[in-house]
This record gives sequence, C-alpha cells and structure tokens, in this order.
Amino acid sequence: MNVIICIKQVPDTTQVQIDPETNTLIREGVESIINPFDMYAIEEGVRIKEKFGGKATVLSMGPPQAEAALKEAISMGCDEAILVSDRAFAGSDTLATGYTLAKAIEKTGNFDIILCGKQASDGDTAQVGPGIATQLDIPQVTYVKKIEKIEEKSAVVERMTEEGYEIVQTSLPCLLTVVKEINEPRIPSLKGRMKAKKTIVTSWKAIDLDVEENRLGLTGSPTWVSKIFTPPARPQGEIFEGPADETTSKLVNLLKNHLS
Amino acid sequence: MNIKVIEQKCTGCTLCVKTCPFSCIKMVNKKAVIDLDTCTLCGACVEVCKFDAIELKRDSGSTPNKEEYKGIWVFAEQKKGIIQSVVYELLGKSRELAKKLDAEVSCVLLGHDMKDTAQELIHRGADNVYIVDAPELKHFLDEPYTKVLVNLIRKYRPEIFLCGATFIGRSLISRVAVKLHTGLTADCTELDIDDAEKYLLQTRPAFGGNIMATILSKNYRPQMATVRHKVMKESECDTSRKGKIIEETATPALLRSRTKLLDIVEEISSTVNLAEADIIVSGGRGMKGPENFSILNELAEALGGAVGSSRAAVDSDWIAYSHQVGQTGKTVCPDIYIACGISGQIQHLVGMQSAKTIIAVNQDPGAPIFTVADYGIVGDLFEVIPLLTKKFKEALSK
Repeated sequence: MNVIICIKQVPDTTQVQIDPETNTLIREGVESIINPFDMYAIEEGVRIKEKFGGKATVLSMGPPQAEAALKEAISMGCDEAILVSDRAFAGSDTLATGYTLAKAIEKTGNFDIILCGKQASDGDTAQVGPGIATQLDIPQVTYVKKIEKIEEKSAVVERMTEEGYEIVQTSLPCLLTVVKEINEPRIPSLKGRMKAKKTIVTSWKAIDLDVEENRLGLTGSPTWVSKIFTPPARPQGEIFEGPADETTSKLVNLLKNHLS
Repeated sequence: MNIKVIEQKCTGCTLCVKTCPFSCIKMVNKKAVIDLDTCTLCGACVEVCKFDAIELKRDSGSTPNKEEYKGIWVFAEQKKGIIQSVVYELLGKSRELAKKLDAEVSCVLLGHDMKDTAQELIHRGADNVYIVDAPELKHFLDEPYTKVLVNLIRKYRPEIFLCGATFIGRSLISRVAVKLHTGLTADCTELDIDDAEKYLLQTRPAFGGNIMATILSKNYRPQMATVRHKVMKESECDTSRKGKIIEETATPALLRSRTKLLDIVEEISSTVNLAEADIIVSGGRGMKGPENFSILNELAEALGGAVGSSRAAVDSDWIAYSHQVGQTGKTVCPDIYIACGISGQIQHLVGMQSAKTIIAVNQDPGAPIFTVADYGIVGDLFEVIPLLTKKFKEALSK
C-alpha cells in the first residue's frame, strides 16, 4: 500500500497577533507549524504503511523553509519527503496548487491512497484535496473520520456529515481528506528524529515536473485577491458581575425580545 | 518576476509596508523593497499604493466566450429529499445580485422524485429550476453529482454559480470548478456585484477571521463560490411566484461512480447539527466533567438550540468530536452563541466569532472570551446556567 500525504506549512495561529496601529497581521517571529489537520493525515498514512507495508511519502508545496515541516513528518514515520518549491508557484490559488501537486504525485509514480487534512488553518478553503483528486481523475471521500477497512482494490471509510456520518466504499486509488477524530498523532520518537535529521528532502522545481507553465502560480490562478481588510472589531460588550440571580435576570431581559 | 516596485514612482511613503499582510516589504534607501521569497503576490500593496509604483503582472488566460455566460445558478442541496436551508439563504442573496445584473436566478436540483420540491424553489425565488431525476442521484455522491453538474453548466453557461459551504457543497464544488477550469472562492460571508465591471465580489474571512479578503474571478466563468450558513437572509416564500421547470436527463456514463454509499448513520442526539442551529450553547474545560453537560442540554433545549463544545472538552472525552467548535472542529455562525466555561483561546474564537450575538459565562473576569462577548456574566456556571434555563423558560412561555 503506497500512501502519499500532502501537507502544508502554516503560521501558528496561536501566535498570530494583530498590529493595533496598522490593523494587519504581525507575521514576523511567528513560528511555522504543520497545518493541524495534516498531522492527522500523516498519522493515518504512517498507520496504513505500518499495517499493510509499502511506503509513506510526504509531499508539500511551499517556500524552501517548508522543508522543516517535511522533516517533522519523517520523524513521525514517513519514509520519503518531497518539496515542490519554485518562484513560479508563487501566488497559486487552489486550482493552480491542486494542479501542481497532482503533477508532482504523478511523478512519484505508484500510489494507492492520497491523504490530506480536511483544510488548512490559514486558507480554510478545503478545496485543494478535491482539486488534486479531480486533476488525477481518481475518486475522493472528504471529511473522513475513520477508515473501516482497506483491501487491495477498495476501502470503506466513515465520512462526517452535519447530522452524523456516512459509510462510503471507494475504489483505489483514491484521495481521502481527514478530520481530527480519525486518530491521535504520535509524538516523534528519538529514533524518528534522528532519521529526520539524516533524511535528504527531495526538491522539485517547475522544470522537474511535466507541467504547462501558464497553469502555474499567479498566471494559472483564476481567482485574484482584490482587497484585504480587517473586519470591524466587535464593540466592547456588557459584562455583568454580582449575584447570579441578578446577572441572569439582566441577561434574560436583554435577550427576551431577541428570542420570540 | 510578477511583482516589482517602480523606483521612479515610489515616494517612500511606507503605506505598502504597513498594508502588507505578510510583512514582506521593507524600506531600503527610502524605496520599498519586496522580499520575493515571502511575497504571496496577494496584491494588497498594489491596491493601496497612491502612486501606482507597484506593478503586478497577471497575464493569465480566460474562459473562451466568457461574455456568453449569463444568469445566476444556485445548487439546491437536498438531503432525503429536503432542501437545505442554506439554499433559501442563497436564493435571497441571488435575487439581490440578479437585480444588479439584470439576470435570472436558476436552481439546479439533483435527486429522485423531487418534482414538488422544484415548485417550492420557484416560490422561494428561482425563475428556473433545472432538475435531473435519477435513482443514482437520490443521495449525494461526488462523481455523478460532479459530472451531471459540469454537463449542465457547460450547456447553459451561468455567469455565477453558488453553493452552500456545507460538507457536501465544499466537496462537490471543488471538483466541479477544477473540471470547468474556473475560479472558486470558499466559505464566503458576503457577496456583491462590482458596479463598473459587474464582477462577483466574493468576500471571505482568512486567517481564522483575523482578516477579510475580497476575491474576484475576472477572466473565468462561471464565477463560483461556496457560502457560509446563516450569514445571509432566507428568501420569503411567495406561492404566487411563477417559474419554469426544465427537466434534464443524465446518461449512464454521467451517473457512474467509483464510490458507493453503504449506509447513513444519524447520531441520536438531535442537538448536534451546529451548522443549522440558530442558538448554540457551548461548554469548555469549566464544565469539569461529562456529566455536567446535562445542564447545557437543558438550556439548549429550552432555547431550541444545539450543544457545542471547545476542543478541551472533546479531548477530555466529555463530548463527541461532532460538537467541537473551533479551528480543528466546526465553524459556526448562529444568532446566539453562549460560551460556558470556555476561556476563549484563539483556536476557539476563530470558529465562533462571526456569531451575531456572543454571550460568555465564566468565573474568570479576565478570560479572553469576554473580549469578543456582547454580553457576559462573571460567575459560577453551575449556578448561572440552571438559573438561565429557568428564566428563559419563564420568559418564553409568556
């Protein structure tokens, strides 16, 4: 069973702060982490490999420093790491990103399951996973919370919905996007960390991939950001302190009309 | 390179430095210098520069004959034959947009035995309903739904295509947009039409709602967006409205699927559908144990709402993951969000801060949740919540 796990390096949102003067994000000094949802994808990929044999390859598109994220995935048990990095990819929207990653996956050759986190914590689009599946013309199941079974040519998974979940069978190869409930990511072992240190991350540029140049980066992106602004701050609220009987009456009176 | 500063025009005003959301512009010898390794080409600096000193080349292609694309389409998501409420929200917004475009609003409905439902969509604001009826389309499956939609869009060429940012919507439309090779914006909270060029202005939160971005798909059609639940107003039902129902058929090839739905499991708790809930009562670490969630259930029941939770409560196994609100859980936008014993870490706030009214109950007056709360009660939640339940019940029964 060959597994490919697609990950993204994102700014650690716990550290993101707003500059009160300019109302913009302060990104300087903010640490980069693996997108939280991708941690579950890595863990699941490693578990599949451990159970069925084969290889777990971790793949990321991003700036050179994303190598750190890939090494972390190696320390968790992935076998190989590939970084797709080139200035030609800058400004990629989800269409161009899906295209580029799909081309990189094609180059890796044989795969049975592609795993992605359900969405990235910085962009929150949840579009790249399905985008890759579509470009590769393979089936997908999104929001997977459990893999029930994997056989040679098919898998059965549980897919989260608003009301509960669905049990879905898919043929292989396929792409799955996973949610947090699927597992608990392991802490890298010392041995894993040593391996990560020694591992050389494969680096591919645009010329290494069989890509059409006009489908990459900003040029290959139909969506353009036309404006970025800070949402108006919420006005200071009314906070009640004192005996619970009084504070609750105040609140209920304020909300009463709102509710009927 | 796609972006550059034209030195002769740069006055060194530093406006771009302050605007760059990614802190990648510096002043060197009183001229702006962009760090190309960190620049994401978002274009915020280009827009803000008063001297046209920053040039961003966007020599991308376009959809052939894009001016032939007309009208607004809404994906009429159904589950078990019931139209999801976000569809009516989209119809409400689409009527506004249609006025500005002088265009028609159409729904596309995929399912089985759904004719009566098509009429309902007309009453709610659709001028046309394209309906494809097949047993294979009774329940959502990515591939047949994608192929049938792509086929219809290619045939009828809508200018705008909207869909709810639901589990189904986000999965399906991502596939459709790639097949059509067009732009798609996820999880919009605002839609409008540009006065001059008539583009669809798609506004969405980014970085967990810390910033907002307005996104355009200038050269590609249709302009596609998924839209968050509960932010737009539902269209009214008017049974006198008239419209056309257009029946389309799907060939067996379009209906073929490599995935198969084996079973649908609905979780017993009716209080779990957070996306549809008008009121959410959420509990965090301050709940102290799983047994105490019963007081939240009672309050939620009294208000007709759902029960949510913070990550801390889910990680402690006090409540199922499907209730989790926040970065690694669900993003919700109810009318009223009541956070009980939740401190309000940024990962939780990003999942609920677009709620219309936020109420916090917490023992600690310094808890960050109070900074986003419209109303707050500082106190012991085990005393406060039961009192709230009792008083709301009294108030609502009058």
